Parts: sequence; C-alpha cells; structure tokens
Amino acid sequence: MKRQIGEIFIGAIFLGCVAASPARALEGEVKIGEVNSYSALPAFTEPYRKGWQLAVEDVNAHGGINGKTLVVISKDDAGKPAGAVTAANELVSRDGVVMLAGGFFSNIGLALADFAKQKHVLYLAGEPLTDAMVWSSGNRDTFRLRPSNYMQAAMLADDAAKLPAKRWATVAPNYEYGQSAVAVFKKLLSAKRPDIEWVTSQWPPQGKIDAGPVVQAIAAAKPDAILNVEFGPDLVKLVREGNTRGLFTDRAVVSFLTGEPEYLDALKDEAPEGWIVTGYPWYGIHTPEHDAFLKAYQDKYHDHPRLGSVVGYTLIHAAADILRKAPSTDTDALIAAAEGISFDTPFGPASFRAIDHQSTLGAFVGTTTVKDGAGQMTKFDYRDGAKYMPSDDEVKTLRIQK
Amino acid sequence: MSFYVAQFLTGLAEASSLFLVACGLSIIFGVTRIVNFAHGAFYMLGAYIAYTLAERFSGAIGFWGSLLTAAIIVAMLGALVETVLLRRIYHAPELFQLLATFGLTLMVEDLAVIIWGPEDLVGPRAPGFKGAVMILGQAVPSYDLLLIVLGPLVFGLLWMLFHKTRFGVLVRAATQDREMVAALGVNQRWLFTGVFALGIFLAALGGALQISRDAVNHTMDLRIIVETFVVVVIGGLGSVGGAFLAALIVAEFNAFGILIFPGISMILMFIIMALVLIVRPYGLLGRLEAPTRAVIAAAIVWAPLSSAGRIAVAAIVVAVALMPFGVGDYWLTVGSEILIFVLFAASLQFLMSTGGLVSFGHAAFFGLGAYGAALAVKDLGLPLLPALACGTTLGCAGAVVIGWFCVRLSGVYFAMLTLAFAQIVYSVAFQWTDVTGGDNGMLGVWPDAWAASPHTFFWLALAVALGGVVLLRMIVFSPFGYRLRAVRDSALRAEATGINRMTTQWAALIIAGTFAGLAGALFAFLKGSVFPDSLGVSTSVDGLVMVLLGGIGTISGSVLGAVVYKALSIFLVSQTDYSKLVLGAVIVGLVVVFPGGLGGITARFSRLRPVLGPAPPARPESLG
Amino acid sequence: MSASPNLLAVEGLRKSYGGVHAVQGVSFSLEAGEILALIGPNGAGKSTCFNMLNGQIKPDGGTIHLKGEAIAGLPPRLICRRGVGRTFQITATFASMSVRENVQTALSTFAGQDRRLFGLATRQHRHEADGLLDHVGLLAQADRPCAELAYGDLKRLELAVALSGKPALLLMDEPTAGMAPRERIALMRFTASMARAQGIGVLFTEHDMDIVFEHADRVMVLNRGEVIAVGTPETVRRDPRVRTTYLGEGLVYARPVEGGAP
Repeated sequence: MKRQIGEIFIGAIFLGCVAASPARALEGEVKIGEVNSYSALPAFTEPYRKGWQLAVEDVNAHGGINGKTLVVISKDDAGKPAGAVTAANELVSRDGVVMLAGGFFSNIGLALADFAKQKHVLYLAGEPLTDAMVWSSGNRDTFRLRPSNYMQAAMLADDAAKLPAKRWATVAPNYEYGQSAVAVFKKLLSAKRPDIEWVTSQWPPQGKIDAGPVVQAIAAAKPDAILNVEFGPDLVKLVREGNTRGLFTDRAVVSFLTGEPEYLDALKDEAPEGWIVTGYPWYGIHTPEHDAFLKAYQDKYHDHPRLGSVVGYTLIHAAADILRKAPSTDTDALIAAAEGISFDTPFGPASFRAIDHQSTLGAFVGTTTVKDGAGQMTKFDYRDGAKYMPSDDEVKTLRIQK
Repeated sequence: MSFYVAQFLTGLAEASSLFLVACGLSIIFGVTRIVNFAHGAFYMLGAYIAYTLAERFSGAIGFWGSLLTAAIIVAMLGALVETVLLRRIYHAPELFQLLATFGLTLMVEDLAVIIWGPEDLVGPRAPGFKGAVMILGQAVPSYDLLLIVLGPLVFGLLWMLFHKTRFGVLVRAATQDREMVAALGVNQRWLFTGVFALGIFLAALGGALQISRDAVNHTMDLRIIVETFVVVVIGGLGSVGGAFLAALIVAEFNAFGILIFPGISMILMFIIMALVLIVRPYGLLGRLEAPTRAVIAAAIVWAPLSSAGRIAVAAIVVAVALMPFGVGDYWLTVGSEILIFVLFAASLQFLMSTGGLVSFGHAAFFGLGAYGAALAVKDLGLPLLPALACGTTLGCAGAVVIGWFCVRLSGVYFAMLTLAFAQIVYSVAFQWTDVTGGDNGMLGVWPDAWAASPHTFFWLALAVALGGVVLLRMIVFSPFGYRLRAVRDSALRAEATGINRMTTQWAALIIAGTFAGLAGALFAFLKGSVFPDSLGVSTSVDGLVMVLLGGIGTISGSVLGAVVYKALSIFLVSQTDYSKLVLGAVIVGLVVVFPGGLGGITARFSRLRPVLGPAPPARPESLG
Repeated sequence: MSASPNLLAVEGLRKSYGGVHAVQGVSFSLEAGEILALIGPNGAGKSTCFNMLNGQIKPDGGTIHLKGEAIAGLPPRLICRRGVGRTFQITATFASMSVRENVQTALSTFAGQDRRLFGLATRQHRHEADGLLDHVGLLAQADRPCAELAYGDLKRLELAVALSGKPALLLMDEPTAGMAPRERIALMRFTASMARAQGIGVLFTEHDMDIVFEHADRVMVLNRGEVIAVGTPETVRRDPRVRTTYLGEGLVYARPVEGGAP
C-alpha cells in the first residue's frame, strides 16, 4: 500500500512543480506570439525564423511600435495541430500576447485560426496555403500572408493555357493541399482550354511516394503535359525516377512551389529543366526593396534567403504596421487596422484585403534550369497576387461569413 | 504488355529495398524478442553517413565503399547500443525494450538535424548506374536492376550464413528456443550482440542504398519503420524467407494497385496485412510463437487500495480540484490535457496490464471518440454532454468491430492487427473529406458556455478522468477482472475452466475502447478541433510510452506515466526546439534506472523494509 | 452394467499429424467413481488422447460420449462446462493471483458470475474456496501468491481448481510428477477417496508404476497410438505384450520418472 501512496505523491509533486512560475508583462513592450513547426520542419522554419528575427531587429531599430519594443515569443508546435493549440493557448493565456502569428502546415493554420476565433485574438497566418484559411473556414480574426493555393494555381494555369498540350496528367500528395491544388488548377485550366483532357491522376501518400511505379503509371497514360504538386523528399524521388526513365523528355511540366529555394536547392544538378514553376529566384530579383532585404539577410546570416525568410520577414513587418496603425492592442482595433492595410514587402507593396483577409502578396513564375550545378529559375516575372483572385461576388459565396 | 513487365520490375526493385530493412528487423526479433523501434533510426543513420562519405570519396570505389563503410559504422553503433543499453534490460518486462528504442529514435532524429542540418540532402548517383536500360521498349533504371539482383543475393547470403556457419545455426536455434541455446552453454550475450549488429547492418545498408534514389532527411526513420513492421509481420516474425515474400507482395500490390486505385496506396499494405493475419494468424511463413515470458512478473498480488491509500488519493484529488483557485488559465488547460491523457493511458493499461493485450492502435478509439464528438457537434448540433456520449459510443462501436477481428490473434500479431485497423480508420478520416474534412480536420468543436472557462473544463476533465480510472480499477477487482487476468495468466487453464478466451478479451477491448473514446471526445472539446493525427501511430505510441513508463506490472501506474510524459513533453516543446532529444534521453535514462517503470520506484523502497508478513523471495525484476 | 450410459464412452478415437498416426482407433469406457490409469511409453499417444478428451485437440475421427452426450470436437470450455475437469502435465495456474483467488476465479466462472463488472471478486465464494483448499491441503497457503508455490503445491492447486466445477470426470495428466514420494501417495489417496465418495470418474496418466498399480481400478496400456491391453492392474501386469513393450523384462516396479516434470 505504501508503494501506491508513494506513486500518487510523486505524481502530485510533479504536477505541482510544473504548475509553478507564472508570467508577467513588462511595461514598454508589445508582444506577438508566434507558433511554428520548428522541430518537425526545420528545413522550412529555420529560414523563416531568421526572416522574422531580422524583421524584429529592423522594427525595433526604427522606433519599435510607437516607442514600445516589439517582442516576439516563439513556440514550437511539434508539427501537430493539437500542439499548436496548446502553444497558442500558452501565448495568449500565460504570456499575454496581443496577437498570434505563424503556422506552416495548412491543418495547423486552420486549428490556429479556429482557436483565434474562439479566443477572439487576431491571427496572422504566414505560410499555410489552403484556401479554407480565408474562404470556407475563414473568420474575422484570421489574416493570411502567403499567396494561396488558388492564387498559385491561377498563376500557373495562365501559363499552362498557352501550352499546346492537350492530354494532362496530375501527380499530387494525397491530402487536402494536393487535392485542392489539383482541383483548382483543373477547374481554371479547363475553363480557359475546354479542349484539354485529363488522362490520369496519381495520389501517392505524402512523404511515402513509391516513385518508380508512379512515374511508370504516368508515362503509361501518355500525357502531353504533367501537373506536379509534389514537394520535399517526394519531389526529389519523383524527379530522379522521372529523369532516369525519361518521363519529362518532350513533356511540359507545370509545378507548384518547385522554384522555391527550399525545394530547388536540394536537387542540385539534378534539378529539372524547363518546368514552369512558382518560386522565389532571390539571385535574379533586382529591385531596391529586395536588394535591401537581401543585403541585410546575407550580412546577418551569411546565407541566402529562402522563400520562408521572406514570409517571416514580411509577416512581422506587416504585424508591426498593424500594431502601429491601431489605436490600441484591443483585438477589434487590430482587426480594423489590419483590414485593407498596405505594407511593404521585399517583393513590393501588398495589402490585406478587407473582403477575405487574404494578402495580395504575389509570387514569381518562371521556368527551371540548371546553372553552375544548381537549380535556378529563369525567364521569371513577378505576379501580383491581387490579379489572381476570384471576383468579389465569388469570394462572398466562398466565404461563409461566420 | 511491356508496360506491365516494367511495372513488375519496378515493384521488384522496391521489394528488394524493403526486404533489406525488414529482414534485419525480423532476425533481431526472432532471436532477442526485441521490438526494435529504432530500426528506422539506424536505417536513417546509414543513409546520412553514406551521404557524408560518398560526397567526400568519388568514383566507383569511393561510392560503393562509402555505402559499405556506412553500414559497418552503423552496425558498430548498433552493437554499442546493444551492449550499453539493451543488455541491461533484457530481463525487464516484454516491450520495455520498445520503450528504450523509442527513446533512442527520438534522440537520433534531433541529433541528425544537429549534425547534418535540416535540409534534404541529395546524394550522388551511383557510378555506372545512372541511366536506364530499355526492356521491351520501356526504360527501366539500371539501379533498379541492381537492386533486383541485390535483394535475392542478400537473401542467399543470409541463407548460407544461417545454414553453413556455426553462428547461423545458433541463431536459428535461438529463434526457435532461446532457453535451449542457453542450456547448450552458448554465450548468449555474444550471440545477441552479433545478431543485433547484423540486423542493424542490413538496416543501415538499406538506408545507404537509398542515397542515390531518395533525399536523405530526418523523417526517413518514421517513414520506413511502420512499413518495415508491416512487412515483417505479414511474412511472419523471425522468418527471413517470410520477409522476402512479404516485401515482394507489398511492393507488387503497390506497383499495380496504383494503376487501379491511385488513391489507395496509403493503406494498401495495411489492408494486405489485415487480410493475411485474419487468414494466417502468424503471418505467411511464421510459426506459432513460442510462449514468451509473461507480461507481468507476478510476485506481488494486486489488491485494492488500503484505507490509508484511499485517504492519500482523496487528499490529492482535493488538492488537484483546488488548482483552479491557485493557477492561471494556461496551466488549467495543460492540466485538462494531462487529465485526458491520464484516462487514455489508463484505458490502454487496462487492456495491457489486466488483459495482457498489447495494442499498437489504441489511438483508433481515442480518435473515433474525438470524431464522434465533433460530428455530433457539427452535423447534429448537439451540446457538450450528448456529444461526449456520441464520441464515447463511436469509440465503443469501433472497439466492437475491430476487437472482433483482433482477439483471434495474440502477442505481437494482435498488436500489429490493431495497428492495421487504426491505420485504416486513420486513412478513412484522412481521405473522407466530405464528412471529416480530411487533413484539414473539423473545426469549431468548442464546449458549451457553461463549460467554456478553463476552470470549469478542468473540473469536468478531472471528474471524467477520475471517474474513468476508478471505474477501471473497480473492473480490475471485479469477477470479470479476474476472469480477464485468468485468460492472461494461462489461456490453457482458463479454457479448461470454462472461460471463453475470445469473448473475454473482446469485452476487455470494448471496455478499453469505450474509455479511450471518452478521452478522445473530451480532447476534441479541449482543442476545439479534430485532425486525423488524433488517430495516428504517434498517438498510439504516446499511450504505449505512458503505460510502459508508469510500469506495466501495476494497475494504475499509467496515471503517473501519463502525468510525467505529457507534462514533460508539453514543457519541453514549449521551451526548446530539441524537445525530442531531451525527451528521448529522459526515456532512455528512466528505462535504465527504473526497469519496472515509474510505478516500480516505490516498490524498490518498500522491498527494503517489508512491513507485512515475511519478505517475498528474492526475485530479479519483480514488479509492483 | 447398468442401463444408464457409461460416464465416458470413447469409440474409435483417431488423430494423426502429417503421416504419423498419434492415436489410432482407441476405444474405452469409464464408470462413475472408477479410476482408470492410462500408461504407455513416451510418444504412445497418451497426451494426444487426453487433449482430445478435453477438447484441446480436435479428433480426426471417432466419438466421445459423456453421460451419453457426444462431446468430440467441442472446444475445451464447453467440454469443461459439461463436467470435465483436468490438470496439466506442466501445471497451468493463474500466476498473478493468490492461491485462494485462483480457486475463487474458477468458482465464479462455474457460478456464471464472471461477467460481473462490479463487486469485489475476492469476497465471493471465499468459504467454498477455503473448503476446497483445505481438501487438497493448501489452506495454510491460501493467501500466498500462486507464483511462489512449490511445484507439488501447484499440482494440488490445479486439482482444487479442477474440482471447483464439481466435475463428473476428472482428467489428470501426470498428477504426481515432480512431487516427493510421500506427497504422491497422499495426493493419490485423496483423489481416490474423493472419486469414490463423490462418484467422480478419474482418468490419469502416470509414469510411476507404484502409483498406477496401487490406486487404479483398471489400467489401459497404449503403444504407438493403439490400446494393447486393458484390465485390472493384475491382468495388465501379467500381460506378455505389456511386459515386452513397456514394463520391460519382468520389471514390475517403477522407473524413475522420465519426462513429465519440466
């Protein structure tokens, strides 16, 4: 019996220790809570973190938030929606942050958006791509920075429509992101080109592509062009198998995100030639805004930025602009300030639309090539996100206002 | 026709890759009975080290030499792990090694990121095997052809090793009867280390061979480990030939399955496993498992709490119930989460400790509970309490269906069939977007206004968890609880005493599933949303770790295990990016120091000064 | 012979594994209160016979009737519920329970109470359990963990568990293996007196010929799956075939126990 009592007490003491140590707010600080998958997706979240850390320095070097210091408290979500909600709760309930930011996976973004709605806290989503963030599951408290799935599909569909290809195949990871990317792209392309035919769709499980059979199956359908939504290690396997088996020879390939350094860098000299991709050609953008960002980033980190760096950097700058504009840190005041606000980004000016809280940040579209043993984008141009949105009427029906 | 030949060859190449990793796991399990969760971690290390070497040494000799060297280095690491860590815990209860190797896996993942960085690493192409060979007009990568040769070659070499060398003969003998080999005067330690190193060598070689096809990254381990287990189980544990056959079947079904159902590849192999196990309960070439050591070392007879114990529990419950007056909202929400996992772990412990049934898929019931509650709220518009009832019912219903199949099996096969069903349920939730929202989950599952404040919800969670744990304890000491333990202790005797083993275990699974469902339903309301990962392998593994950490030989040690594990992981995730490294190290440390689980800590002290009656006879690794 | 059916009637029982005929056409019967010993060299098919009688192995052919009811092929738990108790060659007990709890568990199963989810199991059938333990001489150890018992005591515990279902037929597979000589005699005396007093039929296998010839009413000798002799101990002992195949050259007394005990 003593044994059981002992067990029970050990448990109680442990719980007690954990529950100790409350947090307090400092005068002269404005706190933003930030949540991301730092341990689960370091390849994407590390450059992103560097980006926002740079922005925090920037903001504070230029007077902070109306004289107060901007502080970002950052938490890991371990790659799980439930973990993100725990972290967000810690930030809001314990650390007393005035707004939330972050997220990479779509489902985590959605979980955070719903949490924000429940607690009535402004949430500024960075990377999550799903259209549901601002449309079907959109809510008043949530804003999203990165060009959405729909916007990227619209940019790519524009270029795809100009291709002669009639027979199209698709390959996408089997989850919501892949499914909706394919669905939107199909819809937009078919609208522009009623003559085309969709000959096969491959849905390998995310992270577990069996590239050989998938490549074979696509080749067997004899498509003229392929839409690819694979990314990360799956993309590497697909490209390697496809190159070896000649899948991409004499075939057009349109591919989501592949031009982002996060994905293109890994492929080195095996990067595919001539794919039409969305991405971030940091080496070829020559605008004053971007030059300034690039220099600051490289000076601080001695590494080139990834797209995540731009997202992190822009996210905190946009947040700072909202905080500066709002008369108080009250959530309603912040939302009012955020709706329609214009902010500067390394890609040029952008704004948060009042109608659906999506930013008008755009993306670069170009073709891939190999230069000096590394994958690069060439013949690219910047597509302003504002031009790749559905009509306002359509948005209103998509966004079931809650 | 030529297309099908090419597809078949591609399948063969995949089969070879899979076989290399799987046969190592099978050999290790066959001899040491270790469920080596770290097999994937060694596979990944093989790939990383091979990448590093191959980047440095070019040319054919450099490349192939790198692969082999990497496998040897990792095999030596494996031998080190075996001698330093695993050797200390062979006599701990079965599956405790699973906990240790799980801790190792967590550590290796973070270490890989620290050493090799977070980015995907693309290794060089194999010299001489960069292109494709035209076969019947279809391009087949020459590297695939190499793999196709390599699989059977390794199979052949292993056959020679097992049939033509003394080491191999001993390994085969040990697979069939460990005690006999020990009786023959063979140095078991040496044999175990050798077998473990051999298995790890094969895993690392399998990983190293992927560097010219795959991107080396820190999630490779988890991608391969479940797949490998599935192959080993389909083939029959401990059977190298079975692993070969199973790898072939899985890879070919996958190669051709995607032509017919492109969306099915996610669960195809789990369906195959479920079908195989239902028809052949010991895998394709497996044999009836030799009776293994009992899960519970039974030197201490379980007894209900003494009155002093009850007073202590009551005091702690009162103290916990008073927490809302002392701590802030965040800690209350963390407390609620811990309480929910206390119930989840307790339900799994009931199944494992009292029922002797180890489930690798307990998350299925937890997740069903969560989805049941979410559907009740979103589709039926029900308030909190009826929605909790709906979730619990769905968890229970899932256990009725899944249990009916699973109780036909026992041991590791039972565990793997529960995993298969959990994965099938997972992929239904993942892919049935119209109902479950797929990967984007179900949002807006928040509690009613009366329970919305963190302190009310905390009290609700406390009441539910406490009620659940008390009910489960009552069942343990009820006539049914004894019947269940009777089946666990000796199915032979139980059947000869008129007890129906299958219905008994089925009922136990239904009870455990119902309580897990309740925990899951509450979890949905705590988080306000439900995602497929609540049904996933990692949730099942979390539960398993909590039970093992608490002490599988105890009745309610999992309460302590859940509190420690959950609190620690929430704390670490909040404080550091290397939470896995620290958590893994803590788990490995605890395993070495307390082989009886945390619940066994106090047993150690109580053994020093026995109060009641004569001291129990000295017994290594006795558990409380 | 009375008009009522035999307690146990076995007719043409067969079982083969692959090409090996473990049991071929075994027939015998057993009356209430009778003690029948089944003997034979190792591999003669004794265990296979036993396991078919209690349902652990399905026979390939033949019939088994218990009190006139066909039971061949039923699972062990149903055969048990029809009144067949058994002990195992290698003891099988509920190792995590105390000695008394072992018996209580069996009693609650036979009373049909083992589906109850509530109520303390240790409070049920306590008196009855102690009575049975007293019978087999284990009462003093009732509270000890079963895992701590000496091997001979485990055998007794198995007997108590088997008796808790008030069986009409008791199958005992080497009941005294691993026991001290004095314990053997005590256990068999107890078994015999109980069988006669309560009219329980007992079928047992045994390597110790002293035990066999001392306590059995009849002896049946199995060799290579066939019955080669049945009869009173005296007739069997004199049977020339038995002498050559099993008992050896004029050997009447027991050999040291071979096999059986682990």
